[in-house]
Amino acid sequence: MSTDTERTITLTVNGVPREATVPVRRLLSDALRHDLGLTGTHVGCEHGVCGACTVLVDGDPVRSCLMLAVQVHGHEVTTVEGLAHSDHQGGQVLHPVQEAFRECHALQCGFCTPGFLMTIAAGLEARDNSAELTEEEVDDMVGGNLCRCTGYANIKKAVHHAAEAMK
Amino acid sequence: MKPAPFRYADPGTLDEVLTVLSSEGEGAKVLAGGQSLLPLLSMRLAAPATLVDINRVPGLDTVEATGDGVTVGALVRHNALLHDDAAARVQPLLARATANVAHPAIRNRGTTVGSIAHADPSGEMTSVLALTDGSVTVATPSGVETIGWRDLFVGPLETSIHGPAVVTSAYFPALPARSGTAFAEAARRKGDYAVCGGGVVVTLDADGRVAAVRAAYISVGLTPEVHDLTDAVVGQPADSADWAAAGELARTLVDPDTDLHASADYRRLLVGVLTERTLAEAAAEALGGMA
Repeated sequence: MSTDTERTITLTVNGVPREATVPVRRLLSDALRHDLGLTGTHVGCEHGVCGACTVLVDGDPVRSCLMLAVQVHGHEVTTVEGLAHSDHQGGQVLHPVQEAFRECHALQCGFCTPGFLMTIAAGLEARDNSAELTEEEVDDMVGGNLCRCTGYANIKKAVHHAAEAMK
Repeated sequence: MKPAPFRYADPGTLDEVLTVLSSEGEGAKVLAGGQSLLPLLSMRLAAPATLVDINRVPGLDTVEATGDGVTVGALVRHNALLHDDAAARVQPLLARATANVAHPAIRNRGTTVGSIAHADPSGEMTSVLALTDGSVTVATPSGVETIGWRDLFVGPLETSIHGPAVVTSAYFPALPARSGTAFAEAARRKGDYAVCGGGVVVTLDADGRVAAVRAAYISVGLTPEVHDLTDAVVGQPADSADWAAAGELARTLVDPDTDLHASADYRRLLVGVLTERTLAEAAAEALGGMA
């Protein structure tokens, strides 16, 4: 088997089939932003600490800075651009987590927001929201994402708000 | 903050992986979950000439639990092991420790075996391999070998495995009868690298008295070590043993370093506190299991 320095990958991003030719060292986070033009995914620390670049790969949240773009060949990626859905009248309906962030003022500068939204959306979708959401669960859910505006109180409020809406 | 250029291959069989590793030589590195390797590449602390991605190799993503122990394949993600009930029944330390590995998004991708092969002294699963007296299975072009944990860990981020080789699985022996376990860590933020942490196994005799106590710590020392704390509490009733004395003993046995995050003294203090706490928890579990 040969080794490559560049590859053409095909993947599904937010339900749309995409193709890109990337150097093999390209991080998934950079491929989304530079090669596919999806700049909603933010790049903070680039070593897995801040969580800003969190996206879903085959439905599970992962750090896109800790995967190579070539590793998602044939897989399905969801970014923050894929959270809202069309209302079929030319508008968009926000995801309950996005709605809750707006309601609860859970963002200030917005840099960390895409990562929080993806993490929380996946976290809430994976659980039975008819069961009571404990503070500990919320802490666990958002604990891997850094907000340096220190808006955690409102972010946690938004998680509860969204869980309520997703019952 | 971008990896230096490298060559990449993602073979579809283990044989092909070994062939590529052999032909690429010393500069080749195996990529599994990548949650430790990718940061090292991005920070340019490592610049392998070739990455050999094993994610397409079939058969490496299974957890096998028997009465004797649990075998974890090289592509089993921390999160899969965390939620494997059969594995938790045979060796409860697996779920207890993986719950402390990083954050959910990292557990979805990172592998337990990769974390062991990475040999970070602050990694949870290296200490669990030691505490359970486990081993790894390594595939090389000349065959398959098993390496016990004592022969595996050479130093921080260093194992005794050299040349073209892939760790294909890790084996964690079952928890002995009349035993309980616990795992705890202290970290600035839950899920971050622990300032100090550790797991314990308490084994009782048929009368519910302490027969054996073992502990292994993380972020304390350069390689995983198992400390025998039995002498501090041997023969004492499990529900009223002097766990503080065992914690005291542990403090005298460890030799932590000072770094940016904590002084050696603070780490030693944490060893004492966490040991006392986890031993009481493990003993209660062992007693509960006998009732």
